[in-house]
Amino acid sequence: MSYTKRFDGRGQDEIRPMSAKVGIIPRADGSAMFQIGKTMALCAVYGPRDLHPKFMQNPETGILRVSYNMMPFSGHGERVRPGGGRRSKEISMVIQNALLPVLDLKDYPNAVVDVFVELPQTDAGTRCAAICAAAMALADAGLEMKDLVCAVATGRVEDKIVVDLNYYEDSHEDGADLPIAVLPNSGKVTLMQMDGEMTKEQINEAITKAREACKKIYEVQKAALKARFKR
Amino acid sequence: MKEEILVQDKEIVVPGETVAIGMSFLPGKGAYRDNDKILAQRLGMVSVEGKVIKLIPLSGKYIPKMKDRIVGKVFDVLMTGWRLEINSPYSAVMTLKDATSEFIPRGADLTQYYGLGDYVVCQISNVTSQKLIDVSMKGPGLQKLRGGRIIEVNSQKVPRIIGKDGSMVSMIKQATGCNVIVGQNGLIWIDGEPEKEVIAVKAIKKIEEEAHLGGLTDRMAAWLEKETGAKVSPMAQPEQAEEAPPSHPHHFGGSQ
Repeated sequence: MSYTKRFDGRGQDEIRPMSAKVGIIPRADGSAMFQIGKTMALCAVYGPRDLHPKFMQNPETGILRVSYNMMPFSGHGERVRPGGGRRSKEISMVIQNALLPVLDLKDYPNAVVDVFVELPQTDAGTRCAAICAAAMALADAGLEMKDLVCAVATGRVEDKIVVDLNYYEDSHEDGADLPIAVLPNSGKVTLMQMDGEMTKEQINEAITKAREACKKIYEVQKAALKARFKR
Repeated sequence: MKEEILVQDKEIVVPGETVAIGMSFLPGKGAYRDNDKILAQRLGMVSVEGKVIKLIPLSGKYIPKMKDRIVGKVFDVLMTGWRLEINSPYSAVMTLKDATSEFIPRGADLTQYYGLGDYVVCQISNVTSQKLIDVSMKGPGLQKLRGGRIIEVNSQKVPRIIGKDGSMVSMIKQATGCNVIVGQNGLIWIDGEPEKEVIAVKAIKKIEEEAHLGGLTDRMAAWLEKETGAKVSPMAQPEQAEEAPPSHPHHFGGSQ
């Protein structure tokens, strides 16, 4: 069988409509919202600030601490159990690893930068939306960053490589997904995971398409950050 | 090789955005070089001074610097001094020696001098690489703050609130009749008639919001005039004051 038409009628390289806003949470040091299709990520950044518990303090550098959370009512039908779990802990860790390469926290020994990402509504691609929102929020918090971070999930549905999978495509029985985070200016990759099976050629195609998609995401992030300081 | 600045002066750039191409440009604060490109290292406003390209931060926490005059809140009394919360990732310590010119006898109750919750104006006397901060109360104008109210603003906007040679803050003082002390760390103490205090707070919040826009002094003068009903002159300022952005970018930094 061939996957000729996508479930929601998009083109194969077409990402869902995006919107982004920076500075949505006044009490946070930096905050941002990133929405792609029905997936929405809200991010608040606090810090650098005093780190507790104290044993986590590192006198050589500040640390980054990410919390990723899907709200109970956010998913498809099934209620998501509130609180942390195996999945959210893992995703928090990969988001942290995806963001850390652009940050330089050497100037903040013993301190922490806390990143909280909440997802009130999800339709696959949550870790990517979370990374996009977190990158904007960190920039808004005034931290020194080498680059922004853009992320998108690509994947295989039957025989086709598609960009920005929605939940129906993500959970398709014959498919695989490959979320990638890219630094838009240097082109370096800071996150790449894969769930399912793909051939070498398919992976290459997926990465190429993800890079293209990230350029579009970058423009949205950039516009949102600049809109924060309108003339 | 092509040498050019890709953005306009005063333009807002995002981290990683290429600001200029060419080896003759130098990256200043908030910018870095990648081969022949100068890139932004933070969200900020581009400021070009000759060949040096730097970024003026628009957000971010206060990072303590030597000699800064700050407003701090006592949150712990130690064996040998006081610990102050200074609106930054790190707290500061004021030792007995630097706290007051009075003689403090051995074993005295330190809360007699500064109790928990007291606000003080002090000066940073030392910052170590591990961000241990010492502050001192010895110097003109350094004092305990009594009465009034404390508000918090983003410390990156403090130079704008003070204005060039203190023009902006003296305008607020003149218009509202309030006493205002602006700490470099973004804590501001205001003391005066309650109604006037509210106007001063509003004025400062307005400056904070519009800090990245030009022509602020004139706009604030008009706004204060409307709010207080009193005549406000944008103070006796040398030349064209802190109208800053387009012509005098290097004056953005202002001081007290």
